[in-house]
Amino acid sequence: MASGKPDGQTVMNKVLLLSPEKCIGCRTCEIVCSFSKIRAFNPRISRVSVFSFEEMAISVPMMCMQCEEPYCMKVCPTSAITRTEEGVVAFDEKKCIGCKLCISACPLGNISFSHVEGKIAKCDLCGGEPKCAEFCPSGAIEFKEPVPSAIERKKAIAEKFKELFGEGNE
Amino acid sequence: MFGWKGTILRVNLTEGSIKKESLDLKDAHMYIGGRGLGVKILTDEVDPGIEPLSPENKLIFMTGPLTGTMAASPGRYEVVAKAPLTGTIGGANSGGHFGPELKFAGYDGIIFEGRAEKPVYLWINDDHVELRSAEHLWGKNTFETTDQLLKETAEDARVACIGPAGEKLVLFATVMNDKHRAAGRSGMGAVMGSKNLKAVVVRGTKSVDVADPEAFYKACVDARRKLKEHPVTGTGLPMYGTEILINILNQVGALPTRNWRDGGYFEYAEEISGEALREKYLVRNKGCFGCSIGCGRVTRVPEGKYKSFGEGPEYEAGWALGASCGVRDLAAICKANFICNELGLDPITMGATIACTMEMYEKGIISKEEIGMEAPFGNADAIVELTRMTGLREGFGDKLAEGSYRLASSYGHPELSMSVKKQEMPAYDARGIQGMGLEYATSNRGGCHVRGYMTSPEILGIPVKLDPLVTKDKAKWLKTFQDLTAVVDSAGICLFTTFAIGLPEISAMLKAAIGLDYSDEEVMKIGERIWNLERMFNLGAGFTKADDTLPPRLLNEPLKTGAGKGKVVELDVMLKEYYEVRGWNEDGIPTDAKLEELGIR
Repeated sequence: MASGKPDGQTVMNKVLLLSPEKCIGCRTCEIVCSFSKIRAFNPRISRVSVFSFEEMAISVPMMCMQCEEPYCMKVCPTSAITRTEEGVVAFDEKKCIGCKLCISACPLGNISFSHVEGKIAKCDLCGGEPKCAEFCPSGAIEFKEPVPSAIERKKAIAEKFKELFGEGNE
Repeated sequence: MFGWKGTILRVNLTEGSIKKESLDLKDAHMYIGGRGLGVKILTDEVDPGIEPLSPENKLIFMTGPLTGTMAASPGRYEVVAKAPLTGTIGGANSGGHFGPELKFAGYDGIIFEGRAEKPVYLWINDDHVELRSAEHLWGKNTFETTDQLLKETAEDARVACIGPAGEKLVLFATVMNDKHRAAGRSGMGAVMGSKNLKAVVVRGTKSVDVADPEAFYKACVDARRKLKEHPVTGTGLPMYGTEILINILNQVGALPTRNWRDGGYFEYAEEISGEALREKYLVRNKGCFGCSIGCGRVTRVPEGKYKSFGEGPEYEAGWALGASCGVRDLAAICKANFICNELGLDPITMGATIACTMEMYEKGIISKEEIGMEAPFGNADAIVELTRMTGLREGFGDKLAEGSYRLASSYGHPELSMSVKKQEMPAYDARGIQGMGLEYATSNRGGCHVRGYMTSPEILGIPVKLDPLVTKDKAKWLKTFQDLTAVVDSAGICLFTTFAIGLPEISAMLKAAIGLDYSDEEVMKIGERIWNLERMFNLGAGFTKADDTLPPRLLNEPLKTGAGKGKVVELDVMLKEYYEVRGWNEDGIPTDAKLEELGIR
């Protein structure tokens, strides 16, 4: 991920943008996430989890949103969790004592414990190239700068105005 | 262990015993897993002459080494048993999430033996495996059963079960997993029902390892890229689902219409097409485990007398309940298809059996009184009601539950059953696609399209376009397709990947996963070995060359319209060539030399 700040500009870091309405519930994100972490396949240690609500025909992928003011970081007694310049809420294995307070502190429930690795499991954006977004077949998970023009829902609403009032050549 | 997990569960339902056995690695190397390994185990342990619904039959659930990995569309498993519909080797492949979950629990497969005295289900929670009473579930449909089982086990578990159709031994009952995915053909659900086994519930938290992670990752990225770029797997299937084929097959005049009586053109095809389904009822696409295609359809009929919600229909179901019955009402087709999923019925055989009934009704062979309703072609209410009655074996449904061959034969008209080896043929009129005719006649589980999909080269032009109306070279092509498909079904990936990838890509994933340096030729040899072993089972069950045939309609009644106008299937010439290409004698029996070459004998 690009780090550092060009002169006079604030760098807008990319974030994981979720579009559950596009999710097909295939859990490809879970399987590639586990591979990137442990070089094996195990959805239960994945940093991204898909929740499917069958009766409503909707699936929702969830992972750490890298909060600007992370409660997990605040609660950590050994300062093992920090927020990097690149916007990643990072966790230092060496400092972690495994107290798991961060799991309880996260208001979104996006930290878990990996029984395979024996450590805290949270999304680290794969060093700037998140595999979930790379492999998501339907565009339900994207990795983008959260500027207005990149947010599809905003665009879709704007397009409604286009349909209503647009007067270009047909 | 890499790819495989190394353990198979053996559950004896008569004794109520559960054993964990080591995977036989020699067999695994020779038959891979899934369908191949399932067939190998069945052949080793079961006399092909047994009665399929007796306790002597075994029911085998088997994953492949790629199941549960990030390979292309890696969500598949196979159910294998001697088939009650056909009496041949049986087997059916399914996607969803059940197969991968079984791997995560630590097992390559499960062998069920005997028959439980009372209904039971198997609960697998990683190392903990137990049989539990299923008496409270008996009679419940697949949705109710799944919901109840998740409540009493774990909400993140996966369920494969039978519905009332399997319990009542409907000969084409399915095993349903994840509610909507079916191990659909040849009656595996009836075998499960005969064993008093209502469901298998599994939850797993372990990992699947591969031998060479970096090479495997590279092979998977390459395969997934090709799937994304290919017009069928990257655009057509995600956009319209498998139902995209309705208009395509109709345009080439090979969409069998009204029990194949009216040739290969359905005048209302547009109304039951994938395009219509998308426009009218599609809620969302759905993908099986790890799949980048996402051909599944979540569909809703929002109002009217067929108001309903579910998944599908797939192309073959849409055809069987639609064109094959002359029905143009897509809402009714959806509804009947959902009932098939809920009661656990194969919609291909269901639709084709209703079509056969409709023709007999129109010919005056069966009366309105017997059926309990008027049943001319095109009656949308009839497909919905007869499907329901069949799943419950209610009234005339009790006769439909035997499939079209036994039904038509009981009225003295077996020729009106559009089946091969008593299993109904699917949605491709072989008079207009000659290679499909040879495929139907030679498929080891009877009338079937997914064990050597000749429509791919003959209609879609994949990997090259063949003239569908000629017989030349079809035997050679079919052998290649049959052998490769056996590999795909055994590896644990979806057949649909083969629109975009072939032997080199599949071999690359397989080799990196299990760490064996097979040549591509050796991988194809595995497929050929599986095919021949299935053939040997069928010969042992009493099948002969005479069974490698087609309904007289396809051999004697020429197509009336379309590109294939005037054609019948020229089976004799292709079949002779096929036996030669296969290295079988003129009676279709594999020679000793062939069996030795394949390491079968």
